[in-house]
Amino acid sequence: MAHSARGKLVAVIGDEDTCTGFLLGGIGEMNKARKPNFMVVEKDTSVHDIEECFNSFLGRNDIAIILINQNYAELIRHAIDNHTQPIPAILEIPSKDCPYDPTKDSILRRAKGMFSADDFR
Amino acid sequence: MKSRLKGAEKGHSLLKKKADALTLRFRQILKKIIETKTLMGDVMKNASLSLAETKFAMGDFSHNVLQNVTKAQTKVRSRKDNVAGVNLPIFEHFTDGADTYELTGLSRGGQQLDKVKKNFAKAVELLVELASLQTSFVTLDEVIKITNRRVNAIEYVIIPRIANTISHIISELDEMEREEFYRLKKIQGKKKEARDKAEALSKESGNDRDVGNLIDDDKDEDLLFDS
Repeated sequence: MAHSARGKLVAVIGDEDTCTGFLLGGIGEMNKARKPNFMVVEKDTSVHDIEECFNSFLGRNDIAIILINQNYAELIRHAIDNHTQPIPAILEIPSKDCPYDPTKDSILRRAKGMFSADDFR
Repeated sequence: MKSRLKGAEKGHSLLKKKADALTLRFRQILKKIIETKTLMGDVMKNASLSLAETKFAMGDFSHNVLQNVTKAQTKVRSRKDNVAGVNLPIFEHFTDGADTYELTGLSRGGQQLDKVKKNFAKAVELLVELASLQTSFVTLDEVIKITNRRVNAIEYVIIPRIANTISHIISELDEMEREEFYRLKKIQGKKKEARDKAEALSKESGNDRDVGNLIDDDKDEDLLFDS
């Protein structure tokens, strides 16, 4: 409960620019083990690394929201779909070279099963 | 048993109301999510654009930023919102502590950087809102499913079962009543038969024996004045 009193963190998985931006927005934090709450995905970062990092973020109990670039979310879609708990919430955000595509979003896809497509426009 | 049926029906209607309320909320949230998601697209675009502008203005500083992370300035606090007995977590962001980049030479890095920071702070704000909506969405989704399952279970399993039991009991009671009635009739019949038989028998045996008539007492003797 100590964490909730102090507030929880927002984690980011994304390319360098996204991370830089959000860190400038003031969400970055190093914990005591010098583990950051963000992950910069480079060109040569493997899918496995992203997934591992994502899972480690899921396992931390001081993270309430995980922001992930949509193009990377696409790579670990199965891991995201497996995550069904409400907390931490996973948000897919557009990256600078990929515009946001609502049809790929896990949540919106779930929503689409229940409502007709014209609700989205 | 009747009271159980009544209870089940009451529960059914209550759950149905709950499910309706939740669905209403659910649709509201869904609508808001869609709005916010599209808005988020715009905000993120703005933020990225201003970041690119800044990079153009002052060179690549991202390593500087990435390496100098210490303490989070913006955090989220979660709060519970109660909708029809369902706790929905609502995130709200708050700022504490000073600007982390005070000492990195970036805190007063000019107008452009300030703009980037503002834009991304706005984006974070929006995303936190979106996250709370999404969390509510997931939670509500789960709860609605459970509630609907309960409603259906009561409607299609429990109520018919109780109704079945009740109709069975009623038919059993009816049958018992019919049996009882039949038995009564039978006994009456038997009794009547016996009476008839006895009557017939007595008639048969008492035919020659004169019962005597009270009215025409022709050979009635005086009892007193006999002498």
